[in-house]
Amino acid sequence: MTGKVFGQPIPRLEDQFLLTGTAKFIDDIEIPGMVHAAFLRSDYAHARIKKIDYSAALKRPGVIAVYTAEDFGDYWRPGPLQVPPPTAIKGSQFNARPLVPIAKDKVRFSGEPLAVVIAESRYIAEDAFDDIIVDLEPLPAVVDLEEAWENKPALVHDDLGTNMAALVKQERGNYEEARAKADVVISRKILVNRNAAAAMENRGFVVNWDEREQEMTVWATTQAPIPLRNTIAARLGLFENQVRVITPFIGGGFGPKIMTSQADDVLLPWIAMKLKRPIKWIEDRRENFLATTSERDQVHYAEIALTKDGVILGVKDVFYHNTGAYDPYGMTVPLNTQTHTISNYRVPSFYTEIRMVFTNQMVVTPVRGAGRPEGVFVMERLMDAAARELNMDPAEIRLKNLLEPNELPLRTGIIGQDFVEGVLDSGNYKANLQKLMEMVEYEKFRKEIQPALRAQGKHVGMGIVCFTEGTAVGPYEGARVTIGGNGKVSVATGISTQGQGHFTVFAQIVAEQLGVKAEDVNVVTGDTAHFHWGAGTFASRGAAVAGTAIYNAAVKVREKIFATASKWLEVPPEQIELGDGKVWVKGKPEQFITLGDLAFRANPTRGVIEPGVEPGLEATGYYGPPYGATGAGAVAMIVEIDPETMELKIKRFVIVHDCGTVINPLLLEGQVEGGVSMGIGNAFYEKMVYDENGQLLTASFMDYLMPQATDMPPKIEIGHLTTTSPLNPLGIKGVGEAGAIPTPSAFVQAVEDALFEYQLEIPESNLSPSKIFEYVQKASKKG
Amino acid sequence: MSFHRIILTVNGSTEQVDVPGNMTLLQMLREKLALTGTKNGCAAGECGACTVLMNGEPVNSCMVLAAECDGAEIVTVEGLAQDGQLDIVQQTIIDEGGVQCGFCTPGMLISARALLNRNPSPTEAEIREALVGNLCRCTGYARIISAVKAAAEATQ
Ligand code: FES
Ligand code: FES
Repeated sequence: MTGKVFGQPIPRLEDQFLLTGTAKFIDDIEIPGMVHAAFLRSDYAHARIKKIDYSAALKRPGVIAVYTAEDFGDYWRPGPLQVPPPTAIKGSQFNARPLVPIAKDKVRFSGEPLAVVIAESRYIAEDAFDDIIVDLEPLPAVVDLEEAWENKPALVHDDLGTNMAALVKQERGNYEEARAKADVVISRKILVNRNAAAAMENRGFVVNWDEREQEMTVWATTQAPIPLRNTIAARLGLFENQVRVITPFIGGGFGPKIMTSQADDVLLPWIAMKLKRPIKWIEDRRENFLATTSERDQVHYAEIALTKDGVILGVKDVFYHNTGAYDPYGMTVPLNTQTHTISNYRVPSFYTEIRMVFTNQMVVTPVRGAGRPEGVFVMERLMDAAARELNMDPAEIRLKNLLEPNELPLRTGIIGQDFVEGVLDSGNYKANLQKLMEMVEYEKFRKEIQPALRAQGKHVGMGIVCFTEGTAVGPYEGARVTIGGNGKVSVATGISTQGQGHFTVFAQIVAEQLGVKAEDVNVVTGDTAHFHWGAGTFASRGAAVAGTAIYNAAVKVREKIFATASKWLEVPPEQIELGDGKVWVKGKPEQFITLGDLAFRANPTRGVIEPGVEPGLEATGYYGPPYGATGAGAVAMIVEIDPETMELKIKRFVIVHDCGTVINPLLLEGQVEGGVSMGIGNAFYEKMVYDENGQLLTASFMDYLMPQATDMPPKIEIGHLTTTSPLNPLGIKGVGEAGAIPTPSAFVQAVEDALFEYQLEIPESNLSPSKIFEYVQKASKKG
Repeated sequence: MSFHRIILTVNGSTEQVDVPGNMTLLQMLREKLALTGTKNGCAAGECGACTVLMNGEPVNSCMVLAAECDGAEIVTVEGLAQDGQLDIVQQTIIDEGGVQCGFCTPGMLISARALLNRNPSPTEAEIREALVGNLCRCTGYARIISAVKAAAEATQ
């Protein structure tokens, strides 16, 4: 449905601000009289708080106030949960332990706030930490997931009597029966390691309480401005319209910036009202690693049952999921794992069990991929093991088991993060893989290129995998579209933006409907004063859910344009043309009215209007899908490894994907490439490591390695297929996480293939040169 | 705390600033001169978001003390465009789609400008090498690299 503007690769409209240093980010905000907050954080992962004495800190010049949990009185309370428990799943058990804003009695992760210092500068605030006497009695740290499940070596929440955060079992078909009929059953233990979102901009929060206006303004790096406003207002006993949340430009989100009810957004508004001073808090990089949520850390016991020809009969997966010290974000991540394990394969019987555990580590909430990479990793590892066992080619076994288009829509029988049964709405999964095989010259690689390289002693291997990406989930988003007296269009929606290019793609949707240039559409995201209904930016839903709401509003405005113009031009609507910012009578371009003029006429200040007519060329639209739209794709990567140093080079990276209708191919490819780079980082460079005491060993970019410009492959080759989603009028599916989901699966397979003579089987998602070396050493000893 | 009076050129204009001894160049630019285009991603010399030109060389401004900048010539992202005319790398990065959140962009642009100043026709490997100190979490670098290439070609 490519149009003049919609579907075109137009460059981004927001870049002019970002390129010249004029875009306002949170740390660029200065308010007269502003003071600074710093959080004193626990060095221990698990400890009882015996005493915190900050009297000396108050004497330090420039320190304005210090607070601990006790000082907040009744205002201190846990939560609320940001995502509700999975009660829609029969028999599910969930122990709610929402985040506490600041530790009271007990510390449950290293980096948990103990005290907040307010001072004239951040320097002074942090210097004052030295004046605070903290007496903590260390307790054994709960780190290992399986031990945690056995309530060893301690309880994270004593009152709960267990470290079980949740137990959720789901089944479609009957796995045990399928297993009994199978020729081959393969079981594996599979680990998915922990990674940080590591947006280049850390989190931040600025709050100003205007005592005379009785209004609070908050600037925050949040992915969920409206839920943030609602919880702040409710906690302080204010009306929602007394609190305005503004998201400035945000330097990347990738998940964790969705979190609310943390120390900053709970404590600082309360303090700002007490002190009547604006307060700024900007997280530093170390805090970002320690105390901003992160994700992935699962241990799977998975099993696949097949016929001897490689047809899948069933899959079973029992997995431990680390939720960290609290579970404020419900079960979004492990539920995504459950729904993505069967992926786009025909799996008649599937049993999946989540054992979610509390540990003394930072809380786990979605990071780009959000449980999906884990599910896909497990399934793809099982497929690889099966291919090996049955002596089949990895592409062949996948082609054999991929669902056919005529099997869709398919109800999966598994309830997902949106609490409805998952449905694979549309797609052509085989076509994705076939196109990928063409692009990567699969046959030629296997039959000619690889043997020739191997003959030269080169270790070159390919990984080839498939994936789905459940996107665009509910509940809903909304938007208002208004044509101004200046003839330009303003759009306001409740979601916020972290670099996805919303200002451009939303403008394209509207420009196409209203016959204006994209540059003449001004989009406001994430300012509750402009639009105040919505849920937020997560699960790759911005373009599909907010975009559809915007489309719905634009369609209504379009109808209004024709109705109003028909009255003024005195011809029926069918005889009116719309374009170039004006309306005219068909065939008589001299009889025109500009949209700006029409907007004035649609808002008369005297006279009468017809019943039922609403003023202005303005409309509000909403959209809520019944269930999410599922994108899909396939990835192949070719790597070369130096067997001496284990240095690895990515020779080719090819991804074919289908995210439905494309609004802007330029931006789409950027999203895919960004996801891929995170996937490559997750697979080979990045790993969050907690030691046995629950100490994070990787709390800086020196220890937590992110891919650099020199680490990325020469080119990310992208192939597009389009099967439009039947769920929304534009046919869009999300794409934000596509690149991150399949990459680790492809990576390990490629490494195994490159080092084929060692017959490696790598059961974990994060490698590094030294890891590969260890695997090779082990294999050589065995062999 | 000792204060130092320094005189330096920033984006072509002469500034006299009194800075405390512990203030970094990054803080001085952002807090004293209100040039907030230069970003702080780590304050530890690890991410490159704070890159500026100091006497023509790219430096992590979070690792330079302001007091060291007496007499120095500094160029920040705000100084790249001249008379409303974007620097060629600014233009090519828009055209190539090399910006997403834009937080790394000011530092990237400065590193790219420094490269093109010393080597007007860099190879792809040289471009990657020049950007190695600038982390970007959003783009996967490909479009930033092609933007630098395009900028070099356009100025040939
Ligand atoms: S802020 Fe200077 S290198 Fe990161
Ligand atoms: S564009 Fe976001 S970090 Fe580079």
